[in-house]
Amino acid sequence: MLALLPAIVLVLFGCVAIFLDVTGRKMERSGKQAMIFGLAGTALALLFVFRQNSFLGSLKLDHVVTCQGAVTIDGLGLLTNAITLGATAIFLLISYKFLVLHRENNAAFYALALFAETGMYFMATSSELVTLFLGIELTSICFYVMVGFTRADRRANEAAVKYLLLGAVSSGIFLYGFSLLYGIAGSTELNAIAQAVSHRAPHDPIVILAVVTICTGLLFKISGVPFHMWAPDAYDGAPTPVAGYLSVASKVAAFAVIMRLLVFTLEPVRFIWMPILIVVAVLSMSVGTIAALSQERLKRLFAYSAIAHAGYVLLGIIAGNRTGIQGVYLYLIVYALMTLGAFTVLVSLSRRGIAGEKLSDLRGLAATHPVHAAMFVILLLSLAGIPPTAGFLGKYYILLALIETGHYILAGIASAYVVVSLYFYFRLVREMYLRDAETTEPLATSFGTRLALGATSALTLLIGIFPEPVLRMGFQLAGVGR
Amino acid sequence: MPPHLLTLILFLPVAGMFVLLALPSSKQKFHFIWANIVSLSTLLLSMVLASQFSTAREGFQFVDRVSWIPSIGAQYLIGIDGISLLMVLLTTLITALAIFCSYRSITSRTKLYYAMLLLLETGVLGVFLSLDLFLFYLFWDLVLIPMYFIIGIYGGERRSYAAIKFFLYTLLGSVFMLLGFLALYFAYGSRTGDYTFDIEKLLTLNLSPGMEQWIFFALFLGFAVKIPMFPFHTWLPDAHTEAPTAGSVLLAGLLLKMGTYGFLRFSLPLLPKASTQPWIVHLMVTLSLIAIIYGALVCLTQRDWKRLIAYSSVSHLGFCTLGIFALNVHGLEGSVIQQVNHGITTGLLFLIVGFIYERRHTREISEFGGLARSMPLYATVFAIAVFASAGLPLLNGFIGEFTILSGAFGANRAWAVVGVIGLILGAAYLLWLYQRTMLGSVRHEENRNLRDLLWDERLVVAPLLVLIFFIGLYPTPLFNVLDRPVKQILGRIHTSVQPAALPQSLSIDGDQR
Repeated sequence: MLALLPAIVLVLFGCVAIFLDVTGRKMERSGKQAMIFGLAGTALALLFVFRQNSFLGSLKLDHVVTCQGAVTIDGLGLLTNAITLGATAIFLLISYKFLVLHRENNAAFYALALFAETGMYFMATSSELVTLFLGIELTSICFYVMVGFTRADRRANEAAVKYLLLGAVSSGIFLYGFSLLYGIAGSTELNAIAQAVSHRAPHDPIVILAVVTICTGLLFKISGVPFHMWAPDAYDGAPTPVAGYLSVASKVAAFAVIMRLLVFTLEPVRFIWMPILIVVAVLSMSVGTIAALSQERLKRLFAYSAIAHAGYVLLGIIAGNRTGIQGVYLYLIVYALMTLGAFTVLVSLSRRGIAGEKLSDLRGLAATHPVHAAMFVILLLSLAGIPPTAGFLGKYYILLALIETGHYILAGIASAYVVVSLYFYFRLVREMYLRDAETTEPLATSFGTRLALGATSALTLLIGIFPEPVLRMGFQLAGVGR
Repeated sequence: MPPHLLTLILFLPVAGMFVLLALPSSKQKFHFIWANIVSLSTLLLSMVLASQFSTAREGFQFVDRVSWIPSIGAQYLIGIDGISLLMVLLTTLITALAIFCSYRSITSRTKLYYAMLLLLETGVLGVFLSLDLFLFYLFWDLVLIPMYFIIGIYGGERRSYAAIKFFLYTLLGSVFMLLGFLALYFAYGSRTGDYTFDIEKLLTLNLSPGMEQWIFFALFLGFAVKIPMFPFHTWLPDAHTEAPTAGSVLLAGLLLKMGTYGFLRFSLPLLPKASTQPWIVHLMVTLSLIAIIYGALVCLTQRDWKRLIAYSSVSHLGFCTLGIFALNVHGLEGSVIQQVNHGITTGLLFLIVGFIYERRHTREISEFGGLARSMPLYATVFAIAVFASAGLPLLNGFIGEFTILSGAFGANRAWAVVGVIGLILGAAYLLWLYQRTMLGSVRHEENRNLRDLLWDERLVVAPLLVLIFFIGLYPTPLFNVLDRPVKQILGRIHTSVQPAALPQSLSIDGDQR
């Protein structure tokens, strides 16, 4: 029961939010109430997640399986849920002002966010294929709608349709892989599948097919090359807060699924999915970094940067030892913080008369909003991986893990791309500091955006200088390799 | 004596920066005054440090050790020996002067400017004080951030290009340096089970020559870009020329020394077999000699005054690296002394260019001529700087260059011969510069009524002039401070190598001065 409580809470609050919309109240009021409901629901769910953590601690177990084997409480799930719930809270905070400006402040939006979060909850905690797929689909569908939420904007419509079509295809391929696994194991529970797969012949074509199709679906969700084509368009067209949320929460949840499916369950056939991941990781870092160099639109730039970061996380999975998994967890936490912070700034850029989507919209920000610019610089340094920020710690751990497991060439490639990526991150710094402002229109900030930006940049710097508590937590979680 | 003196010195500038950031943006005078208070206090503390420093004790002094990231074996570990003491003194002095000299030239966005200068000071001090490799790497990269802003916002025409080129180039080198550090970390950890970045523990490592050579090159990439050694020097002319005066002074005076310091503190002691490999030594020396000669020759072709001085840094640092890889007492001592000298002298030269730029807003050498008539005091100071840079006896440059050449001669006569040719070329481009700008008739009317040095300009150059003469006439304190650490480094190099494997020309003791 405890395992389901966060999800129940989220669904309940989401339903209330939907009803707020239906009862015919003025949109502005219902929107605001829905946002507050959403925050309350997320906070409550987070509370329950912490309860789960202490429950697990009190039992002195590292995982507990409930609901007839469908849902599990373990370290990976707890961490992922903490990250995605935090991301949802920040998302709700920053989207309010944006939606008001674009006159789409529907209560339904916040409900969708809560439902998406429910889907992500199940993505992170399910130990059984059907629940997992339900979670993935719930998340995806809510995102399809959120991406196209600003109906008046043609770009948003285009982005939503592209994302929907490609997402549906990848889900179909993914489901096919699931059906093959079910066929092998006779059960949809991940434990049973792990058992069945380990008993098959080493190069069983069915297993290979299953692994390949599942990888395809999963890599689509984390926008790994060559399944990344949807990302730049989707991010560019979507409302900016949604792009940020998509970039952080659904990616983190998808990585949780990768960990659970590939690293934990399909461990026996590591030799099949390792080469796939290596190729995708290298390609993702390359395409992401190089394509971002020439981008003029901010959200596209961050889409490519997210692709590159996905590549780095994959490197941690490829390393696969305790340091590697610890690095993955650390990187996901850090990545969530810095990307959300960056998107908060992007959200504030969209103000009266200015769409705030091009690089040139950042011009002169250092002079007009010095504190915002300084915080953005900290976040950009973290994204590039420069000490003393948290982003450096994340990359450092991945590097450490790669060297520990002998992947020297991958370590070299990853390091080289750190330098290249700095160039496009500093193009943003250049626009802010080295160019004069072109408009006197102030940033569209609200209490929420300022809180979000302050919290994320402060944490980024703090974790960078005093990382020990986070590292220790990651170490404990990583030791649990089921 | 205050406890934790080094930590206080290290963090005072950045603490001052936070106070500065809280001041209102419009009160520019306050920014200037506060920045000066902070930098002068740091300078004072470093002089207290110097007075308490003992030349008789082995190893590192004033060590501060705090557990920082046990999960990865990184500690907050700082300390000084003779070499880093001189670097710290140089840092606090040059930064104080750089902050003071910005009074006239920086008139807008002053808060950010002085904040970046203070952050830079902490970064550079951290590099010279760190005894933990991870902490060292953190400060090494930290330095790049304020320097980017200083060049990029307050610099010349091509400042944006110069700033990002500097950042990317140095970052690429430092990433490879990190990989080298990680290799040492893993080597030590896999042998003892203790994964740490503590330099004193890593000094007990005994690696295979092949392994050491790989790590040497990884570290080399990081240090060589910083120094800069040929052929990694192409970022320097742009960065130095486009930076504001204070930026150039700090770049040339301090940041370049970070690279040579890295060789002395890390490459030589931690990788003794690689450092004494004949082919590596020959490679390093060859690159140094190329830097000396090539740097000097390029100087002869420069039309931009500031760019000429920038290339002269390449040439001078070539002498410093030559001294290091002579691998004897004179070589190393001369190298460190010359590093200090270069900071003083080239810092002075950049200040001088800055003064004239304030007046005429051009750096084209052809625009000048006969300035000695209208600015006699300026011409005198410039003359002293030129002669010090060229290595005239009685001034500081001579001490450094003579000692280095003495060491080089002891290692291999041919090296010293090429080095001397470099000295002659150095005198050539410096004196020719002086002649074209200061002497002769006044070719351009604008130069006729320029104001001589103002009171703040005189104040800024005075300490440098005093040091130029002091070190030139009485360098003994510097030699005393350097004696023990240099002998310790050399002792480490030579005990790790079998006597039979020593190249014929290496010797520990040069002639006693």
